[in-house]
Amino acid sequence: MKRILMTGNEAMAEGAIQAGCRFYAGYPITPQNEIPAYMAGHMPQAGGVFIQAESELAAINMVFGAAACGARAMTSSSSPGISLKQEGISYMAGAELPAVIVDVMRGGPGLGNIWPAQSDYFQATRSGGHGDYHCIVLAPSFVQEAYDFMPAAFDLADKYRNPVIILGDGMLGQTMEPLHVTTSPRHHVTRQNKKWALTGCKGRTPNIVKSFYMKEGDLEKVNLLLQKKYKTIKIREQRYEGLFLDDAKVIIVAYGTMARICRAAVERLREKAKKVGLIRPISLWPFPENAFRLVNSRARRRVKFLVAEMSYGQMLEDVRLTLDGQAEVGFLGRSGGGIPSEEEIISKIKKL
Amino acid sequence: MAKITIDKDKCKGCLLCVSFCPKGLIKAAKGLNKRGVAAVEFKDTGECLGCTLCAVICPDCCVEVYK
Amino acid sequence: MGKVFSHSKSLRNISTHYCAGCGHGIAHRLIAEVVDELNIREQVIAVAPVGCAVIAYDYWDFDCSEAAHGRALAVATAIKRVRPQNIVFTYQGDGDLAAIGTNETIHAANRGENLTVIFINNAVYGMTGGQMAPTTLLGQKTATTPQGRKPEEGYPLKISEMLALLAGVKYIERTALSSPQEVMKTKKAIRQAFQNQIDHVGFSLVEILSPCPTYWAMPPRQALDWINNVMAKEFPLGRIK
Repeated sequence: MKRILMTGNEAMAEGAIQAGCRFYAGYPITPQNEIPAYMAGHMPQAGGVFIQAESELAAINMVFGAAACGARAMTSSSSPGISLKQEGISYMAGAELPAVIVDVMRGGPGLGNIWPAQSDYFQATRSGGHGDYHCIVLAPSFVQEAYDFMPAAFDLADKYRNPVIILGDGMLGQTMEPLHVTTSPRHHVTRQNKKWALTGCKGRTPNIVKSFYMKEGDLEKVNLLLQKKYKTIKIREQRYEGLFLDDAKVIIVAYGTMARICRAAVERLREKAKKVGLIRPISLWPFPENAFRLVNSRARRRVKFLVAEMSYGQMLEDVRLTLDGQAEVGFLGRSGGGIPSEEEIISKIKKL
Repeated sequence: MAKITIDKDKCKGCLLCVSFCPKGLIKAAKGLNKRGVAAVEFKDTGECLGCTLCAVICPDCCVEVYK
Repeated sequence: MGKVFSHSKSLRNISTHYCAGCGHGIAHRLIAEVVDELNIREQVIAVAPVGCAVIAYDYWDFDCSEAAHGRALAVATAIKRVRPQNIVFTYQGDGDLAAIGTNETIHAANRGENLTVIFINNAVYGMTGGQMAPTTLLGQKTATTPQGRKPEEGYPLKISEMLALLAGVKYIERTALSSPQEVMKTKKAIRQAFQNQIDHVGFSLVEILSPCPTYWAMPPRQALDWINNVMAKEFPLGRIK
């Protein structure tokens, strides 16, 4: 263990290399440029491949190719670039290829701006591209998590043969914080047990990596298998952090950078003996419904919820679907570079 | 001495082999194959050169050549 | 009597979905023959396109990946970089390589990726019903150029000549499937493009003028003659680089 100072972007890049990622392809876009720069500098030393691709499309399809032959592969981008990558993500979901995609979100729609935002929540948690599929989505809240979530993301990707999205934002990417890094490689995982990978057909029948099924009924069968997998993931992989859920009368729901601000608000209100809690979804898909069930069954009382986002009511939908009308849900959202402040949150809670 | 064999059921009847056989030994067959196509057939007159032109141009790998 | 022409090992002995007289079947076979002759079947990783040859992996008997439309060379770049010991090739049509995938094509070539590219130019989109391709000839009628392609719809794109300008490109040859003799020349070029990869020479591409009797609305033999008499005038055969 070593304590160092790093930006969230660099921490994600270093975390990926520590996780055994040996292929990175990306295209420059702010505010995530520290990731490709770090990869360009460090991937060759790790014996991996770094490619600055000619486009976001090329980058994600390079990741497709690297993943198809069994390498731990990743790309990173920011919102407009992630929109372009959706084609490749859909193909990887269809071909069941494991890979990690980092989205350091910025303001939108369109070219938007380069300030932090969380408005890619829908794009990440719903099938962002065409077809019925899901990516596993993890949302780090601080730099240590940005680092720690990378091995988790690669493990999940391999375990379920599914793309995993790390959903951060410009604030997380650019913030510099001290973090603990492992000094010995924690994973020696490349190509182990990937019997489906393309390696040349020596001693076996040829492998085919594809998402195309023309014969009547075949694609439906593939979809049913995918749905079964998603159901398993939903049951097993919900992740969240709960704060003061035992006695809270108001529970804020927030993730990523927004959750940091909400945590500060919760702590300030607690100092004044206000019974406020926090649910911080860490896995955005699967959405941590269990966190809400816990509140309902344990407390058996009416708790009010406040969803806070750096977007205009995207995660709000998942909270409402989860609560299914059983509790009052308030909302505070800003985007396009605007970030709800601690004071705004506190004043909103007072009005609930 | 040479001859060819034709996998009639793979034949799609494009007739390219017919047009390139220097001895005119391949003809459209009467009747249809399993695909419902008028396939080609080889007329072994002993004149086959084993030149493989028919096999080389066949898009469906229907022809094997013996010499 | 011994067999002097038989079915190649690297090609599954099944019927293809291609139309009668289509050049894809010949090109598939030539690749399989070269793979057998170079004894690289167990090392090959192919990347199939989107287009008529989308299920080429059902016909070849070696490892193969699909790629999204136009992205074959991005996929292949990564495969070769991750597994340099394998022999990696893409098989792409004119729409895939020279329209929707132009960017991937140019940049893989410009990086000088040690890849083999088999480029099937039949001047038309086959899979989707015979629309105009980037390589459609002026005056050629397609589903989307019912009066024949006009200059304002673009000139036939000579992507091979464009690629030849790039320092990363080591070998480009244009051949045709217009007669048994031209087919044999095509095989020789394919073999060269694979041998180049084995010898670490670099980016090698064979553009193959290939018949599409269905969407050229011609009997198969006439389609071959059209390649020789018309198409090869616009796309001259021979070594480009």
